[in-house]
Amino acid sequence: MTSILASSLAELTRGDVEDFLYREAELLDDWNLDDWLELFTADARYVIPCTGDPAGDPSRDLVLVDDDRLRLEARVERLNSRKAHREYPHSNVRHLVTNVRLGGITGDELPVRASFTVWRFRGGRETSYVGGYDYRLVMDESALKIRSKRVVLDMTVLRPAGDVAIIL
Amino acid sequence: MTLVTGHRGPAGDVAASALIEEDAARGTFRVHRSAMTSRDVFDQELERIFAHTWLYVGHESEIPEPGDYVRRPVAGRPVFMVRGAKSGQVNVFHNTCTHRGAVVCRRDRGNSKVFQCFYHAWTFDSEGSLVGVPGRDAYGEKFDMSSLGLARVARAESYRGFVFASFDPQVTDLVSYLGGAREYLDLVIDEADGQLQIISGTQEYGMQANWKLLVENSIDGYHAASTHDTYFKYLVSLGTDLSVGVSGVTKDLGNGHAVLEYLAPWGRPIARWEPLFGPEAKDEIGTLRARLVAQHGEERARRMCDLNRNMLIYPNLIINDIMAVTVRTFMPTSATSMAVTAWEAAPRDELPEVRQRRLDSFLTFLGPGGFATPDDIEALESCQQGFASGGVEWNDISRGMHRDPQATDEEQMRAFWRRWRDQMDGAR
Repeated sequence: MTSILASSLAELTRGDVEDFLYREAELLDDWNLDDWLELFTADARYVIPCTGDPAGDPSRDLVLVDDDRLRLEARVERLNSRKAHREYPHSNVRHLVTNVRLGGITGDELPVRASFTVWRFRGGRETSYVGGYDYRLVMDESALKIRSKRVVLDMTVLRPAGDVAIIL
Repeated sequence: MTLVTGHRGPAGDVAASALIEEDAARGTFRVHRSAMTSRDVFDQELERIFAHTWLYVGHESEIPEPGDYVRRPVAGRPVFMVRGAKSGQVNVFHNTCTHRGAVVCRRDRGNSKVFQCFYHAWTFDSEGSLVGVPGRDAYGEKFDMSSLGLARVARAESYRGFVFASFDPQVTDLVSYLGGAREYLDLVIDEADGQLQIISGTQEYGMQANWKLLVENSIDGYHAASTHDTYFKYLVSLGTDLSVGVSGVTKDLGNGHAVLEYLAPWGRPIARWEPLFGPEAKDEIGTLRARLVAQHGEERARRMCDLNRNMLIYPNLIINDIMAVTVRTFMPTSATSMAVTAWEAAPRDELPEVRQRRLDSFLTFLGPGGFATPDDIEALESCQQGFASGGVEWNDISRGMHRDPQATDEEQMRAFWRRWRDQMDGAR
């Protein structure tokens, strides 16, 4: 896997960050979840608030997904097994990432916002997810890593999508 | 799949008694699959079940202050629930202007002194009274604003915070309706010292499956080990002892309500520790437990702390007091699809660290992004697909008919189906 090599967050261009996010999308589309997990720091969080509650705070509110590193690993192990029935066989997924914007570096973190559409096809059915990504990226031993990925959905309900059994 | 001959009554309606076959002597209970596939059955359910039972609207904790409101569909009809500014009582209104019909409550939740229809600006207060009509003089002297208030849903009652409504003015009172389910509802409420709160955040998802499959699934103790293998693997990886298994009883609570009450391997934030909660939580959970014992006595406190409850309040409310408390309702949108809405309930003044464990415990298993619910969705959709294959006309719901029903048996589903059959055939 190609890593982004840069000595500091300040040197990163939007192009570098886009390459990183496209790589992440590719790993998800390829169901290469073990390598995808390696993009995350040991203290990573992956959060999806409820539709209709984009500001949902997982320490206080009910959300859809609130994974720390441990649960993220369990999620990947689950999806890699043949016992995650909702995703066995896997859906065909396509993550389209666009409108990438870099925020100002805060502490050791680079905030990045992007828009996405994720398409999911399985058994003759198609669904899509639309929304925004809020990332906090960090330099971890001179490799760019994700410390936080927050997925805010634009849909008002998870219908017809049904669930968020895939990784967005 | 069409209805088989003989499943129609004299008036051409669906005869549900022909769709349920119970033979106590042989110990068999079968449900005809057209109950899950027929458009006629679906139409008749709307008329004979959803128009006449009590249906869950929401919880009073969602609208604590005067003018607080939530809007949502009940049985597919747009209604809203608002705490009246004058009365302090919960009002449930049809969400439609009495003038020409537009909805008057246009946000999912909020606080408002008035609800103004944007179309012609008729304005209603939080008690439903019509308080403003632009150009009122155009209506003449006999125009009676007091008769043009928002329409209340025929009946609305709260049981200790749980607000139900019915579109049938003749429906029996809520407490009688709840019957044997009351005791179990009380357990969940008393665990929280009577201060149960719906946590902010609503999970709204759906399935391409008949709604009654989710009734069955929500109170099904038999499927856990096979369907939810990946969840149990996760628990094991954290050090949970699975040898406890799932053991307990199921009960028919009358009026179609049913419950299973059982011991299971997972922890319960109310007061059953598990490795997932971390060693630092052990003492605190011990303290919670001691408090419940002091308040409720050893036996009742043991049920609160150790036992799980999956409860159906007929026809479509699930209160599952398991690794967290979920309140879930669902409504068919066709014979083969449904909309699901789920909330999480918790004691109001819970310590932040206890709340965090509860939230974690909920999400690991429950909800459309959890490690278990998506596989339930897959199972129910898979059943629905299987029905379309034909060749097999009946589902078998006989498990445990020859013994005192265990938590992995199906007596609780039979309780639902018997009531469903009677209501579909005209019982109120």
